[in-house]
Amino acid sequence: MTTFMGYRRPDGRVGVRNIVAIVSAMDNTNACANRIADIVAHAVPITTPFGRTQIGHDFEMTLRTLAGIGAHPNVAAVLVLGLSLTSANTLADRIRPSGKPVEVLGLQEAGSTMGLTMAGVRVAADLTVAASEQTREPCEFADLTVAVECGGSDTTSGIASNPTVGLFADRFIDAGGTIVLSEPAEFMGAEHILAERAVDPEDGQRIRDMVKWFEDEAKRNGVDMRGTNPTPDNIEGGLTTLEEKSLGAIAKGGSRPIVEVIDYSEPATKRGLVVMNTPSAACESMTGLLGGGSQMIIFSTGRGNAIGAPISPTIKITGNPHTAAVMKENIDVDVSAIISDSEPLETAANRLWDQMLKIAQGKLTRCEVLQEDQLSVSRFGPSV
Amino acid sequence: MDTIVVMKASDNVATCLKDLAANQLAEVKLDGHRQSVTLQNDIPFGHKIALVDIAQGDEVLKYAEVIGVASQPITAGEHVHVHNVESIRARGDKI
Repeated sequence: MTTFMGYRRPDGRVGVRNIVAIVSAMDNTNACANRIADIVAHAVPITTPFGRTQIGHDFEMTLRTLAGIGAHPNVAAVLVLGLSLTSANTLADRIRPSGKPVEVLGLQEAGSTMGLTMAGVRVAADLTVAASEQTREPCEFADLTVAVECGGSDTTSGIASNPTVGLFADRFIDAGGTIVLSEPAEFMGAEHILAERAVDPEDGQRIRDMVKWFEDEAKRNGVDMRGTNPTPDNIEGGLTTLEEKSLGAIAKGGSRPIVEVIDYSEPATKRGLVVMNTPSAACESMTGLLGGGSQMIIFSTGRGNAIGAPISPTIKITGNPHTAAVMKENIDVDVSAIISDSEPLETAANRLWDQMLKIAQGKLTRCEVLQEDQLSVSRFGPSV
Repeated sequence: MDTIVVMKASDNVATCLKDLAANQLAEVKLDGHRQSVTLQNDIPFGHKIALVDIAQGDEVLKYAEVIGVASQPITAGEHVHVHNVESIRARGDKI
């Protein structure tokens, strides 16, 4: 089956959720965004500690990411909060082309945080009631972008869960969908394999350059990266070097050609396997994936990592029998039978496919139910 | 899945998928052939053993790719991990 029931947005994109986002343009309205979302059902706060006095590339990344999350097809309507209406509109103007309802409120215009909270609750409640009228309709997998992510990896990641995700990724691309593979620092030692899979040789070189940038950063700090990456829990789980971790990590990307290489929180413009440049910290990486419009994230873990993203359902999969048993409240798809029994990768990938389809159509993930969601816009420069 | 898994035939290490005790004779399937190796140490779940002797400075191979080099001589059946293998990438400490 290559169709599912989703929410068609005014710009033609398709959502798997119908969220009202309360987006704080910068640090000083985060508390109001959180309060409004606490009061209004189905409203989700999108907050950031940064934005104010950021400049150049760094400011553009923050704006692009927050605007991308506002325009995200899982979001039905947006309320943007700013310190002033001017700063709120700087962000809102980049969300409005999506055609969805976008409202703005400024703290200085509202007079106080209590005033902004009360005004925001009224606006968000109206947006939420209106959004609830939207119904799901038949959509194509070609409308879907699914990101593949891993965290808390161990040697089972490269043997069981990541190859399962990779097989899923191949089938999903063959069905017309797009898969985004990110975290190029964790390609280190395996980047030659991915670079050779790039359709455009220039994209292959961009993959090598992205990995070199992260490697040079690590060298500039004058330390052995081991202990930071692989992390202490990766090492306890049997991963000895970053090269070993990377070779297991890229299995998530399956085997199809790489059709595009994009920067942090940029949308994919081609369908197929796409590589996004993000840092290896799951929270920062997933925030970039949301900004780029991925409607779902498949998150493979070995030792166990429960972090999820807001807006886009995060599907947790593990192949580690111990983690599957002790962390089962946080796991959506248990493929540990690959290791503990003799489940073939094919049936494990079928089970992941079935769950993906159910979750696309409204089944809740463990991360959604337990509200394991974090955001952190990545940044590369100082505020001034 | 087998208790000890070799990812690719050219690998010189294998991954143990059970906690295994030192001195036991472990069986490894390599390229369709069965090979026995005596474990030199206790091996925790998910950790690696050497399938052959690996000289100091030699490449350690998994997935038929280089995952690092031996920082000391390693003998067949020995636990292979951070104590005897080092990364060759992002070594800011070696500049």
